[in-house]
Amino acid sequence: MIRRLKAIAANTFREAVRDKVLYNLVFFFLLLVATAPLLSQISVGVQRVFLINLSLTAISIFGTVISIFVGISLVSKEIEKKTLYPVLARPVGRGEFIVGKYAGLAGTLTVNTAAMALGFYVALWLLMRTLTGADANILLAIYFLLLQFFVIIGLALLFSSFSSPLLSAIFALAMFVAGSFAGDLRAFAHMAQGPQGWLATAASYVVPNLASLNVITNVSHDQIIAPALVGYNTLYSVLYTVVTVSAAALIFSRRNLK
Amino acid sequence: MLAVEILGFSKTYTIGFWRKKQKTGLKDLHLEVPSGEIFGFLGPNGAGKTTTLKLLMGLIFPTAGTARILGRDWRDPSVRARIGFLPEQPYFYDHLTPTELLNYYGALSGVSAADRRLRIPRLLERVGLAGQERVQLRKFSKGMLQRVGIAQAVLHEPEIVFLDEPMSGLDPLGRREVREFIQSLNREGKTIFFSTHILSDAEALCDRVAVVNRGELRGTGLVAELTSHAAGLVDVVWQGNEAIAAVKSLGGECHAAGEMVRATLPESRLREALDALRTRNARLISVNPVGGSLEQYFLQKVGESAGVER
Repeated sequence: MIRRLKAIAANTFREAVRDKVLYNLVFFFLLLVATAPLLSQISVGVQRVFLINLSLTAISIFGTVISIFVGISLVSKEIEKKTLYPVLARPVGRGEFIVGKYAGLAGTLTVNTAAMALGFYVALWLLMRTLTGADANILLAIYFLLLQFFVIIGLALLFSSFSSPLLSAIFALAMFVAGSFAGDLRAFAHMAQGPQGWLATAASYVVPNLASLNVITNVSHDQIIAPALVGYNTLYSVLYTVVTVSAAALIFSRRNLK
Repeated sequence: MLAVEILGFSKTYTIGFWRKKQKTGLKDLHLEVPSGEIFGFLGPNGAGKTTTLKLLMGLIFPTAGTARILGRDWRDPSVRARIGFLPEQPYFYDHLTPTELLNYYGALSGVSAADRRLRIPRLLERVGLAGQERVQLRKFSKGMLQRVGIAQAVLHEPEIVFLDEPMSGLDPLGRREVREFIQSLNREGKTIFFSTHILSDAEALCDRVAVVNRGELRGTGLVAELTSHAAGLVDVVWQGNEAIAAVKSLGGECHAAGEMVRATLPESRLREALDALRTRNARLISVNPVGGSLEQYFLQKVGESAGVER
């Protein structure tokens, strides 16, 4: 089974690379180059904060867009183009296929994020001419962003297992937006009473808590990220992803292919 | 031993969003394919051939019925390693080269890396794609993709190969090559189950055929038997009208066009007919046995000629 999962994941990764998904790195690089003259016009203390915020927000946006739009096409494209037929005619379970596709895109995003992180650190070094211990803290923010991508890929895969690519994109985007405000949703759920309160509480559990994964502002101001939060976010993301990918596999395993 | 045994496969589709309607794709299909045969699954477009193959491959689920492949339940994962499948109008990952594609499918079928390294170049050469190993599939013609499709279906050396319209869209040369390839696979001991609506291919290749139309099995049998149902009759062609009455008296059906006469009569009366021609100085042109064609059988079973390509 592991060999098959590896083969599916490797093929997904190769497809993403050959379909020029990683070209977003060029845009990221150009963004950093374009902001260089801007940085020279602001004070030294603010430069670092600005660069961190800009770079991490760019990593978040690029990664989220790839997670949603490549994620929703992972299965639907295979069905539409019928490339799936010779795969499922082999001793490959539908669940294996879903997990393999997930792993392939998660791997692609890991490489993509690592490359952008490297670009960011090079830019930071060029700006500050040194890297400090506090700068290592930024890696945690990037790690959280990666967890966010993993959660979103799971959601995109889940939606695409039963709906059209357009609807899947809309659902996944809606979940991303709602998840980014998960903290507010939970606060509202605490305050609301009656059916409204129950509904808000249910929604706050269904919607991914992406707000907790966003610590860009904290690290840009050198606030220490508590180890407990790292553990909590890791566990939460893994569990959330296991649930969404399992649900996607379950739905897909019962689906008639056109 | 039976390679494939279909026991009452039925498939009903629900169509429409508000007003849901039931559409029958396949109705209570029973079919047996013995091991080692080339089996042709015939039917006009939309008859249920692809639906049957999709059901056997586990791509769709039956509304009713079951099947056995190589003696096991058709959903058994171990069966999947022993069968090969070429879908209709195959489309493969166009970012891959044929070698990469076959490597991928080989890994999924459990073929070891060492075996893949050995088999892939040989197979590509065998299907006529030597020299194209490093070309991405997006640059391949339809015929070349069909060859890749056949290669992926047999890479893991399956016992049964299911081919959905393998000759569809190929030029005459390509069709002949695929026909020869199928025959060579059969000589190696593989059972071939292929669907087609091109009857000449089926007639040239198959040991046994089944005809399906509108989701129902209309008939099945050995090609040799189906095409010899008119055996026992001979066609005699000669020049000279004087012998017509004599041949008619022997039970022959005569059609004259000027001096040329053609008669179909029982083979048992041939000697007498030839004597009658000789005594009346008729010039004998030809004597041929009458055989039925698969097309005749197909048209009889389907009851219409629409969708038949020959």
